Amino acid sequence: MIGSNPTEQSRVIAICLLAGKIMLQSGGETYRVEDTMKRMAAALGLPHSHSYVVPTGIFFSVDATEPAKLIRISERTTDLDKVSEVNAVSRRIGQGELSAQEAHDLLVQIEGKPSSYSTAVQLTAAALSSGCFTIMFGGGWSDFLPALICGGIGYAAVIAFHQLVRVKFFAELTASFVIGILAFLLIYMGVGHERDKIIIGSVMPLVPGLLITNAVRDLMAGHLVSGLSKGAEAFLTAFAIGTGIAVVFSLFM
Amino acid sequence: MLHFIEQALTSFVASAAFGIIFNAPRRMLLHGGFVGMIGWIIYIVLEYAADAVPATLAATIAVGVISQIFSRMFRAPVIIFSVAGIIPLVPGGLAYNAMRSFVQNDYSAAMEMAAKALMLSGAIAVGLVLSEVLNQMIRRIPASLRTKSSSK
Repeated sequence: MIGSNPTEQSRVIAICLLAGKIMLQSGGETYRVEDTMKRMAAALGLPHSHSYVVPTGIFFSVDATEPAKLIRISERTTDLDKVSEVNAVSRRIGQGELSAQEAHDLLVQIEGKPSSYSTAVQLTAAALSSGCFTIMFGGGWSDFLPALICGGIGYAAVIAFHQLVRVKFFAELTASFVIGILAFLLIYMGVGHERDKIIIGSVMPLVPGLLITNAVRDLMAGHLVSGLSKGAEAFLTAFAIGTGIAVVFSLFM
Repeated sequence: MLHFIEQALTSFVASAAFGIIFNAPRRMLLHGGFVGMIGWIIYIVLEYAADAVPATLAATIAVGVISQIFSRMFRAPVIIFSVAGIIPLVPGGLAYNAMRSFVQNDYSAAMEMAAKALMLSGAIAVGLVLSEVLNQMIRRIPASLRTKSSSK
């Protein structure tokens, strides 16, 4: 049995922590991260593990003699591909298809995997979704093009500013400021009619809608700490976007 | 009718595009778009007849159930489909409007919209949990029937 050997045991712990870290950083749900880590540990010979996952860190312990391990998580994005890959690795471990070493190698590979879409494709997607949201929220087709432009440039701005300063709040605030100014400018130039519809569509790629929902869901599932911290993160983003737009409004109205 | 085609098309593209932003696996993009489209159509149809909250609840349950089915059909985690499906329903516009009203000192309107955004998020969360419970029930019933028939 693997778990009885101390070096093997710490390797299994490292594998579980790595899997949990990738999932949590990529936007996996709290309970699913806990569940996956427990299952992997059990399949690799450590049936009595405990994991405690919050959005900012993972605690993992395997038994009473071994001290609990901790990992700090500071960056969180949404990367569904990584969630799905780790899930596949976990399932294969459960079926006994992967050894501990193979699983570790695979996980390291997944962690370093770049996004499967180029930045240009992502920007196009953000622009397209902005245009579509403007129509879905009751805007006319004359507002489609301005929302496309504002949304694309706004998303480019959030990526650029985030690389520049590494403060998410500032990047979101500036990006929404850019969106607001562009919307005003385009209306002024006679492109588009309803400013509000254009702005709402354009900020959708930035809006923390998924975070809000996940926060409420975590609260309902009894993950109180996770729910509150996700709620705080969502509130900060919403606040940044609202402020950015409000500054534009107070400048031009 | 044209309105529905327009809404269906835009919600499909918007959901699939969000799949790209969230780096969903390439072969799952169209499925995500489809789930998003179904959810949004149910929402706009029901919103005519009833309030936004029950419409959101019903749409989310549908999104959840389809995501569970797709998850088993295509052997991928539920979250890949449910995220794309929920994005159109999420009250992002309301949250933004609430925040803007707060910053512009219109507190009563802001509180009203924030409360509504919270209600809608709650409806989405309840819908997701309900669809999960439904899924577990459906999965359990045939199993218990099978054990009963085999024990006879």
